Amino acid sequence: MFEYAPAPESRAIVDIRPTYGLFINGEFVDGGDPHKSINPATEEVLAEVSWADAADVDRAVRAAREAYDRVWGPMPGRDRAKYLFRIARLIQERSRELAVLESLDNGKPIRESRDVDLPLVAAHFFYYAGWADKLEYAGFGGRPTSQHSGPQPRPLGVAAQVIPWNFPLLMLAWKIAPALAAGNTVVLKPAETTPLTALLFAEICQQADLPAGVVNIVTGAGETGRALVEHPGVDKVAFTGSTEVGRAIARAVAGTRKKLTLELGGKAANIVFDDAPVDQAVEGIVNGIFFNQGHVCCAGSRLLVQESVADRVLESLKRRMAQLRVGDPLDKNTDIGAINSAAQLARIREISDSGSAEGAERWSPPCELPERGFWFAPTVFTGVTQAHRIAREEIFGPVLSVLTFRTPAEAVEKANNTPYGLSAGIWTDKGSRILWLADRLRAGVVWANTFNKFDPTSPFGGYKESGYGREGGRHGLEGYLNV
Amino acid sequence: MSERVAVRKTYKLFIGGKFPRSESGRSYLVQDTNVSLASRKDARDAVVAARAAVPGWAGATAYNRGQILYRVAEMLEGRREQFVALGVPADEVDAAIDRWVWYAGWSDKLPQVYGGANPVAGPYFNLSAPEPTGVVAVVAPQSPALLGLVSVVAPAIVTGNTVVAAASPSAPLAAVTLAEVLATSDLPGGVVNILTGRITETVPTLANHLDVNAIDLTGVTDADLATDLEVGAAQNLKRVLRPAPADHDWFADPGITRMTALLETKTVWHPKGT
Repeated sequence: MFEYAPAPESRAIVDIRPTYGLFINGEFVDGGDPHKSINPATEEVLAEVSWADAADVDRAVRAAREAYDRVWGPMPGRDRAKYLFRIARLIQERSRELAVLESLDNGKPIRESRDVDLPLVAAHFFYYAGWADKLEYAGFGGRPTSQHSGPQPRPLGVAAQVIPWNFPLLMLAWKIAPALAAGNTVVLKPAETTPLTALLFAEICQQADLPAGVVNIVTGAGETGRALVEHPGVDKVAFTGSTEVGRAIARAVAGTRKKLTLELGGKAANIVFDDAPVDQAVEGIVNGIFFNQGHVCCAGSRLLVQESVADRVLESLKRRMAQLRVGDPLDKNTDIGAINSAAQLARIREISDSGSAEGAERWSPPCELPERGFWFAPTVFTGVTQAHRIAREEIFGPVLSVLTFRTPAEAVEKANNTPYGLSAGIWTDKGSRILWLADRLRAGVVWANTFNKFDPTSPFGGYKESGYGREGGRHGLEGYLNV
Repeated sequence: MSERVAVRKTYKLFIGGKFPRSESGRSYLVQDTNVSLASRKDARDAVVAARAAVPGWAGATAYNRGQILYRVAEMLEGRREQFVALGVPADEVDAAIDRWVWYAGWSDKLPQVYGGANPVAGPYFNLSAPEPTGVVAVVAPQSPALLGLVSVVAPAIVTGNTVVAAASPSAPLAAVTLAEVLATSDLPGGVVNILTGRITETVPTLANHLDVNAIDLTGVTDADLATDLEVGAAQNLKRVLRPAPADHDWFADPGITRMTALLETKTVWHPKGT
């Protein structure tokens, strides 16, 4: 392995306040008890953030309702578009600051927050900005042929949005951009371990002169989320996170008029055929499971490799894994950053230990981990059966389970043998096989000869217990329109 | 102290991202200002520049094209007063800015509205997607000079076409000033080329040019001329947009037909099987 001198990104660009309140009705206000948000790479306290209680959530929902009724709902789409374009531009202008803050609070490598998260965040706002004055063309009502007649698509009202910690700002963008474009106002709760970029985003809303109450940010943990989702004043609930919580939310909104979209867990199969170019496939496997420390709902966490090439692929994969650099997220050479929290690290360790206990063979490259902070070396399990927990449960960490198959039909069978259905990968030189397989995979996104590709124009979301509804693209508007 | 003597601007053509005078060395007087009088040769040069710009522009991502069109809106907003000083009504300038924003948003959405999967009866993947037709000649409406020009140029280029535009002969100053906006908006040279002068001199050359793929006759007011131009366009089966009715409301929602008229639809088949 080459020796690299450290190449740390400066954190001087970001000015973190010692304490943060809630962002309600266009202003930062005091909320419930302060809690520490830490840097998972060092365990250093970054800031203290208020956790909203039920009364705070109520204030936020009322502010959102007021803004919806008085300003944002009646505003022409053309003007909503201009605010969203402003936000997109401000994100582009402040992208390095946001990227550094994201890496500090989340633990992800700066290379990813800078080159993946932030460009996608800006693009997402830019894309949905353009929809705000074109909703009648989106195919959910309204008649473009007679432009001023027919029912026009209407927003829902106030959207309650709860997002996870793996892509804090990107998930915020996926939620807020389409909601605002469609004419809704929002109350968003970021994850308790990664609230800081959402709070910086609140400043950006101020900078854009976004009318007060259109975007409200309430920080907190599960209780705050519950109060928000169950608030009778919300018309829409959008959640990204675990299947377990998603199920609880589906129960909570049962019997209400709230529209619900859920983007939940996954256990994606990444299927490698014997005619796939091995080096490209290995890059795709590595990207599929080690991108963002494996904290990715659509991660390719089950490698299904055709038996005839399994040894070759694994040998190449291990050689590649030995080159991965684990360490300081702010170092521009880092491939794998810190695990987001002590709790998540404990969960990854627990499931990984079950893999060994159930008889799978565990391997990690020799890898020096920092002493402070939360770290987990990239890990691969071979000899995995479909009954093993590591083949069934979402680990949400840098842990790959390898299974083999002989025929395409067996690959389909194994790939679909999961309650999840978010994504899948296919590696083969044969186009007709890609399309044959794609037809049979019960997954919302299928990547062929690539993996973990995202674009604001491309709908994303799951089959089965990976949730329902789609985010991104034209389809992403549907969850925010009264259709 | 003596009064400062103003530096006057030379109004020139806009071809290939540059501002040349007419190769003919001619100009004509509008609003006490000399404006280049484009020749047939200038029109042909503009087509060459437009053709050269096609691969880069059509090959750019939709996102990139959208960003650039939005940048045009930003730059136009910054020069709002300059257009007002040329006599363009303020509400027309505002509408022109908003029109760039409207079309900027279409760059990555039109294929989602105007294309899609076709469920053919067989084991085939089948997808239709729009593609730009290529070089488009447009005749801008005589009036409104700025909003009219923007309303015919933006829908042509947003999808990846390149344009040779004949500006309103009676109000070319706004067109040349718009060219200055385009030249400072990261728009690649040659994507938009603007000719000032007589419609009867430059447009027949464009209509008969075999390297032009489509012609938008919106601003042609003489019905006989329009027919002649359409006949000329038939030589290589240019896509033709006929003249707009005299009472067309340029401030109204433009819809999407100006974009779709200048697109090809490409359908891809691919077998499915192990």
